[in-house]
Amino acid sequence: MLSVENLQTFFHTREGVVRAVDGVSLELSKGGSLGIVGESGSGKSVTCYSLLRLLPMPPARFEGGSAGFEGRDLLTMPVKELRAIRGRRIGMIFQDPMTSLNPYLRVSTQLTEPLRVHLGIGKAGALDQAVAALQAVGIADAEQRIHSYPHEFSGGMRQRVMIAMALITRPDILIADEPTTALDVTVQKQVLDLIGRRREDLGTAVIFISHDLAVVSGVCDYVHVMYGGRVVEAAPVRELFENPLHAYTRALQRSIPALQEKGKPLYTIPGMPPDLSRPSPGCAFAPRRPARARATCLANHRPELVEASPGHWVQDCPGCRDEGLDDAF
Amino acid sequence: MALLEVDSLVKHFPGPRGRTVKAVDGVTFSLERGQVLGLVGESGCGKSTLSRLILQLLPPTSGRVLLEGECLSSLPPAVVRRRRLDFQMVFQDPYASLNPRLTVFSTLSEAIAARHPGMAGNRTACTEAVAALMRRVGLDARAMRKYPHEFSGGQRQRIAIARALAPEPRLIIADEPVSALDVSIQSQILNLLQGLVRDLGLTMIFVSHDLSVVKYIADDITVMYQGKLVETGPAEEVFHHPRESYTRRLLEAVPRIRFGGDRFSSG
Ligand SMILES: Nc1ncnc2c1ncn2[C@@H]1O[C@H](COP(=O)(O)OP(=O)(O)OP(=O)(O)O)[C@@H](O)[C@H]1O
Ligand SMILES: Nc1ncnc2c1ncn2[C@@H]1O[C@H](COP(=O)(O)OP(=O)(O)OP(=O)(O)O)[C@@H](O)[C@H]1O
Ligand SMILES: [Mg+2]
Ligand SMILES: [Mg+2]
Repeated sequence: MLSVENLQTFFHTREGVVRAVDGVSLELSKGGSLGIVGESGSGKSVTCYSLLRLLPMPPARFEGGSAGFEGRDLLTMPVKELRAIRGRRIGMIFQDPMTSLNPYLRVSTQLTEPLRVHLGIGKAGALDQAVAALQAVGIADAEQRIHSYPHEFSGGMRQRVMIAMALITRPDILIADEPTTALDVTVQKQVLDLIGRRREDLGTAVIFISHDLAVVSGVCDYVHVMYGGRVVEAAPVRELFENPLHAYTRALQRSIPALQEKGKPLYTIPGMPPDLSRPSPGCAFAPRRPARARATCLANHRPELVEASPGHWVQDCPGCRDEGLDDAF
Repeated sequence: MALLEVDSLVKHFPGPRGRTVKAVDGVTFSLERGQVLGLVGESGCGKSTLSRLILQLLPPTSGRVLLEGECLSSLPPAVVRRRRLDFQMVFQDPYASLNPRLTVFSTLSEAIAARHPGMAGNRTACTEAVAALMRRVGLDARAMRKYPHEFSGGQRQRIAIARALAPEPRLIIADEPVSALDVSIQSQILNLLQGLVRDLGLTMIFVSHDLSVVKYIADDITVMYQGKLVETGPAEEVFHHPRESYTRRLLEAVPRIRFGGDRFSSG
């Protein structure tokens, strides 16, 4: 349904070229659900923005790759055609609600607009559907509340308005960038169930970005792990959790707070995230590895993804694959 | 004397069609120095509004807030401005709370100089202080000349945390401060905050929907429901023996690692 090949998105800034996304490939099938997890700043959001060409260009530029959707390349198709796809065929939930909600327009206006523009639905009909969409994401008193402005909602309510907006045109693909960060667990469950029903009933395919590994484990069938603008590991969800092959994936699992003891300092991955404007010629994760592991990391060429077992891909760097070296010094 | 006393705070907003939204509906509690209070509750129950009321960023409909026995609303504005440095907030929406026209350096050096006016003219000292602050929240100090929109969501959240820490406050209200961070960087921030509590006696109200994080960091937990505090107690106790049915529902919905790819459900 959507096939991203070797996507490269760089930012050309005063300080140099930021290689935010540097060779990412994704494959999404109808009704499928693909997770992206990874370090803060590793290029998850930029990957998604690239697909809908929502980045300011310049400074952003596609340096390579393609994003095939129904035989067309989203990265190069005329803007006019892309507009018909954006919001109608591919819906997006943004990480920052206020970047996609207009503070000067009532929520009712913003929710009904896509229905009227894309689907030609009349005013009254659109309002009914918009109220139903708000109720579906658990907004109490939706008939009244829909006439408020975004700033009159709480953080989590704004996030839910955005989710309702992304789903209202029944898109074929939903891109959800940290969609439940501001939601308490009961509301989160309601929203995840709603997305799940869309998958079952309408075959909606989902790209789901989240730092919450528990949520990802329940929601996605296949997961990509990103580090420093690249995918370091990709596998079916259960396989990834039960048999992580890359050191970064293992370190991420180790950091889950629920598994840690109160009062003791929490486990963190040592070192700093890589500087994307000065890419290492070798393995980008090497500086975060203990010395003995680092010594066996690739130093002069970048590790490529290899298929370790059917459907389970990992960057082929000896220093990162060897679990025995995780605690070596 | 308690560091913070909140006395019968009420905030009503005019709602749509002449109705009233009772965002905060009679909240009373107090906080000792060095204490960490976890504030949890469902989306829209009034947590952010309560936080803003405490820091005088919003006038209450009624009720009082006392900081070290002083009612801020009765002090002259100049005094309030100085006192305010001691009480900082990390906002839920980092993007909206950062000035888009200022580089990270400007934002942070301004916040540092507010506490140390002598630093304002000293560019080298400022640069060093900003770099140190950025490193503490896991940001690359070489990025200090960038603007907020040039960062990722989680990086912006950490800029907001750094700005709140810059004036060396005594009370921090952190509203979902780690919600956008990957687990490792989240842990780094929690370690940082915990260190400040332990070493400098920082007092903190920690608002979060992530119960495992709250349980880890907070001494006491208070559960808010429809504008009221419905249950307060030591973190362990609230977790293991919740009294209120709402608290129980909240605990039951916590997602765990579980593979439901085909079913797509979290609980
Ligand atoms: N406009 C820009 N100019 C320069 N660099 C940018 C710009 N936007 C993003 N970046 C950089 O690109 C990298 C990838 O950013 P992205 O937003 O994709 O990260 P992310 O994986 O979504 O992180 P998070 O989990 O924190 O949201 C980051 O290091 C960020 O600093
Ligand atoms: N400026 C405002 N005008 C009208 N209503 C408001 C305003 N600010 C907040 N509210 C309402 O007050 C209630 C409490 O909002 P608040 O932001 O405090 O919730 P919260 O507990 O922080 O929720 P969340 O977890 O979703 O961030 C909500 O119903 C919200 O819609
Ligand atoms: Mg992001
Ligand atoms: Mg809030």
